[in-house]
Amino acid sequence: MLAAVLSGLVVSVLYIPFGKYLRGRLAVVAAGLPIVLFGYFARFIPSVAAGSTIAFHVPWVPSLGINLDFRLDGLSLLFSLLITGIGSLVYIYAFSYLKGHRYLDRFYAYLSLFMAAMLGLVLADNVLLLFIFWELTSISSFFLIGFNNESAASRKSSLIALGVTGGGGFLLMAGLVWMGYAADTYSIREMMAVSPALKDDTYYGFIVALILAGAFTKSAQFPFHFWLPGAMKAPTPVSAYLHSATMVKAGIYLLARLTPVLGGTDVWMYTLMAVGGVTMLYSAFHSLFRTDLKAILAYSTIAALGMLVFLIGIGTPEAFLAAVVFILVHALYKASLFLTTGVIDHETGTRDVTALSGLRTVLVPLAVAGLLAALSSAGIPFTFGFIGKDLIYEATLHMPGLLSVVLTALAVSTNVLVLYAGFVAGIKPFAGPLPQPFRHVHLPSALLWAPPLLLALLGLLFGCLPSLVDDALLNPAVRAMAHAVSGTPLKIWHGFNLVLLLSGVTIAAGGILFWARKPSSQSESWISRFDSAAPRHVMARAAYYARMVARRYTHTLHNGFLRVYLLRIIAFAVLLLAFRLFSGGPVRFTLDHVSPVTAYEIAVAAILIAAIFLAVTTSSRLTAVVATSVIGYCICLQFVFYSAPNLAMTQFSIDTLTVVLFVLVLFRLPPFLNFPNRGARIRDWTVALAFGAVIALIAIQVLNQPFDGTVSRFYGDNAYTLAKGKNVVNVILVDFRGFDTMFEIVVLSIAAIGVFSLLKLRLTASEKE
Amino acid sequence: MNSTILKTAANYLLPILLLFSIFLLLRGHYHPGGGFVGGLIASIAFVLHSFTHGTEATLRLLRIHPGVLIPAGLGLSALSMFAPMISGKPVMTGLWIEEPLPVIGIIGSALFFDLGVYLVVVGVVLTILFTISQYSE
Repeated sequence: MLAAVLSGLVVSVLYIPFGKYLRGRLAVVAAGLPIVLFGYFARFIPSVAAGSTIAFHVPWVPSLGINLDFRLDGLSLLFSLLITGIGSLVYIYAFSYLKGHRYLDRFYAYLSLFMAAMLGLVLADNVLLLFIFWELTSISSFFLIGFNNESAASRKSSLIALGVTGGGGFLLMAGLVWMGYAADTYSIREMMAVSPALKDDTYYGFIVALILAGAFTKSAQFPFHFWLPGAMKAPTPVSAYLHSATMVKAGIYLLARLTPVLGGTDVWMYTLMAVGGVTMLYSAFHSLFRTDLKAILAYSTIAALGMLVFLIGIGTPEAFLAAVVFILVHALYKASLFLTTGVIDHETGTRDVTALSGLRTVLVPLAVAGLLAALSSAGIPFTFGFIGKDLIYEATLHMPGLLSVVLTALAVSTNVLVLYAGFVAGIKPFAGPLPQPFRHVHLPSALLWAPPLLLALLGLLFGCLPSLVDDALLNPAVRAMAHAVSGTPLKIWHGFNLVLLLSGVTIAAGGILFWARKPSSQSESWISRFDSAAPRHVMARAAYYARMVARRYTHTLHNGFLRVYLLRIIAFAVLLLAFRLFSGGPVRFTLDHVSPVTAYEIAVAAILIAAIFLAVTTSSRLTAVVATSVIGYCICLQFVFYSAPNLAMTQFSIDTLTVVLFVLVLFRLPPFLNFPNRGARIRDWTVALAFGAVIALIAIQVLNQPFDGTVSRFYGDNAYTLAKGKNVVNVILVDFRGFDTMFEIVVLSIAAIGVFSLLKLRLTASEKE
Repeated sequence: MNSTILKTAANYLLPILLLFSIFLLLRGHYHPGGGFVGGLIASIAFVLHSFTHGTEATLRLLRIHPGVLIPAGLGLSALSMFAPMISGKPVMTGLWIEEPLPVIGIIGSALFFDLGVYLVVVGVVLTILFTISQYSE
């Protein structure tokens, strides 16, 4: 199973060296990957239907609880089959749709990466592993949405998508880690066992809030829904893939997966029902005002996602069954509608629904696909959508008391609007007379029309024979979410009852709406008046202000003047050290342990003080540098007096080289600045004196501490016996602490590379001028 | 710098300082010295030469760019670090030959580690200084 998940990642990497051979006709071989994977997962249908789960475990970072744990149960299998199945069709479709595109290889690389990430996400049993794949889907979808990278709008919408889903991912990570900490395990399977304890945890509310934030951003729930319509800038195959079966369903998957762990509480249920309900009604209503086919589909997708969240929130086995059925229903009809729209766009050059009509005469198979998909989305009998809609109504009607009325009303009104959206997208472009400009339109290659037709026909097939998928796919998925399963098999006909009546009402109302209302650009501009209050604009403004604050902050703290950095660093160090020094009461020290002062030392100290005085008062930079090196040499002499020859030797060499370095760069510096500003001088004096005083105090304080000679005694005793050396300093450097030395020379090398590359880059740039 | 005395002196000082740096490197294990200070002395020898003859002349004298010494030194140090692993000992175990060599004396893996440090220091100092001096010109 690891191979199945990783194959997409490996393939996407292989596109880097071999991609250029796979841009032309050979590109179609890319479709082999999802087809093989689909076959691989399809093999598991019988065993998973029989109730077994397939687990796979490889330790990765066991000390952190991160392991490559994969687990295939009903829910994972359903999603895996959707990902690879619809993936296969999208791969094939994209080959024709993007034929001759110069970056076709890149497209398949991103798509393979995305598919692998989705598979990993739905198969992972470890929440941290799940999170890694979750982030991978965000990143790879960023590349897919921004695939037309020459278009500024496309780049912007991919950034928005990344910002929203990435921000949600950040919160999700916090939630998952917190949950793992509370449950003392990162395995979802083990979390289920401690679910009651988790729900009683003090921080349960925080965990749920963080995890829901992740799921809601990913699944485009209100008020984070706005990235999804923007993501329609992607090539249509990408939209079809991301928004029917994969990306946005990741949040739904997460909610379904964590229902047995966190679900069943009031917080969980009411939040999900409220957010899902608002989302589905809000966005279904919005789809009324759109004229772009993809925008209509985008809003009806959000409505469907809201419906799924809403159903998971209801939390009865019936609702879970309805949700699982609806996932499949929606994937089939929405992918089909998106792919149909793609062909219409490809052949006519427009997606404006007010301009399109009569295409049934020229695009026959697509007209069939569009019609079937629209019927399924409307829930007309004998389509799979009909079964899905019935189950939804059953789930809402079985809620207690007033809640059932409210929820059913919500579901019915959303479905009416979704029916309208489906009809506009699937039927409207094909109905009516064929306008003159579209007469030249001809049917494209079968690679473009077969995938949507196949998906639409599957919707019809499952609608007529629900037993095909009932026990094989749907019930195992429900079992993964709830312990009890409703048991009743899916039926086409439930007899005359309230559910059927509601279905009829939905279809009738939607039909009337479709007949009475024509999409127009007037209504679209009318709704755009409310844009400034839309969540998209609120968040854009928030992002703008965050950027402004960051800029101001950076500008203040990081202004590019080395002297300012030095001043701040030293001032901060002084404050910190002084606080630490004086926080333990007044500083006391004695000079008892200090050895007597010799005449040499007095002489050297006098030179040192004179050099300091010269360095700070001179107006010549060269003099200042030389004076500084005199200070260095004086310190070296002190080392010599106290018999530290290694240190003295090294310090002498370093001081010499520092002077050379200074001299080399000296005449590139601006003329010596004599600060006329008294305030600045006083400030610098204060900081310098304070720093000197604090360091001196600390040095004297250190002398007063009892000297612990354990370490130096160890080195002294063992240098010769263990390392065959008499120079203890050198033995420490090359043997006892050899690792430190190794890292130090690595750091030195990095510094040299830095200087070299910075200056050489500048050289070539100036040579060009 | 156009001082004939310094120029002539630098010609003689370069080999002497280099010999001294190698002397410091080799004696490091028993007496004051070692790879780091040896490398610094060697760098000073070349820097002195570059002061009197110009950076280009020193680079010509070196034949290779000093930057090449950095990976060579790092590689040598790393090699002497990991060499004990071949005979199954932990990383950085000191390996020593049995019989002392003439003049140099007993040598072990620590010497090669120190030699690596020496090369890295020479490479780093000369790369930084020569790059800056070429940039300044």
